[in-house]
Amino acid sequence: MPSKIHVAEAPEGIAGQGFFATSLDAVVGLARKNSIWPLPFATSCCGIEFMSTMSSHYDLARFGSERLSFTPRQADLLMVMGTIAKKMAPVLRQVYEQMAEPKWVIAVGACASSGGIFDTYSVLQGIDRVIPVDVYVPGCPPRPEQIIEGVMRIQDLIGKESVRRRDSEEYKQLMEAYFIK
Amino acid sequence: MTTVVSKDLQLKLNEAIGLSCEISEDAFGVLNMELPVNQIFGVVLFLYRDEEFGFNFLTDICGVHYPQLKGRELCVVYHLQSMQRRCRLRIKVYVPLEKPEIPTLCGIYGSANWMERETYDFYGIQFVGHPNLRRILNMDEMTEFPMRKEFPLEDPNREDKMDYQFGR
Repeated sequence: MPSKIHVAEAPEGIAGQGFFATSLDAVVGLARKNSIWPLPFATSCCGIEFMSTMSSHYDLARFGSERLSFTPRQADLLMVMGTIAKKMAPVLRQVYEQMAEPKWVIAVGACASSGGIFDTYSVLQGIDRVIPVDVYVPGCPPRPEQIIEGVMRIQDLIGKESVRRRDSEEYKQLMEAYFIK
Repeated sequence: MTTVVSKDLQLKLNEAIGLSCEISEDAFGVLNMELPVNQIFGVVLFLYRDEEFGFNFLTDICGVHYPQLKGRELCVVYHLQSMQRRCRLRIKVYVPLEKPEIPTLCGIYGSANWMERETYDFYGIQFVGHPNLRRILNMDEMTEFPMRKEFPLEDPNREDKMDYQFGR
């Protein structure tokens, strides 16, 4: 009987008898991308869609995201799902700052990405005004398939990211642009 | 439209504290009256303590802004409910925009605390004597009172958030 267990493919490299040589980036990327631990920051309806994404039918745990934490401890991926009011923005920023590097951010749904239909004085018009964002998921609210697609795009980014990216001058400038130390 | 309840209430207020205000009743059976600022506390206290009516529940406090009414631009609306007579009363008090001050009802109803904070938050109405009059829903740094009709409407020619983008 064929096994249903899917094994991640080995990175490109040189294989010979008894050895396999590849770059450190590829190995670290492979490990990171298949064990993303998300921190769900769910404030509204998109959060409900995410609950569906996590549960048995869509099962985000297939991607190695079995462990959700509602604490920044050990979390790699900040998933912002729902309307972020301006009053909530400092809280979101603090959560982002408390996460350890390397960290990624995904903005799920119209509200987190752009403020959505809430074009109001009290709503932050997109979380990228306070924290850097890697992937935006459109939809109001997006279906679980779309959230999974967003996570897969994040996986692509993580898999290709250089180990030294977080020390680069460019990354430092990005953080300075957001006044994040 | 007057009914038995509104007549009773009117008589009572007339005899007890010499208040001769018009009490009407709307289509939903809610009694309406308007009071000057200096009488609100006394009248509500009287209604709260009254044996027969006993308006013992403060349903809501909210504000309204009427920019066209000069000298009485802001209005505080109190909704009281009497559990024993099973009737509701709506009291409106108008205050000028320059000096929007009104006595607090925190001494009568504990629930007035948050409701008055909300009304202050959105309309800037000062509840004199409130123990902790600060914003409750909006950010503390905010300087404006957002529910006042002092702000321009949205530009109708914007293209960045059209209805079709949200499936509307």
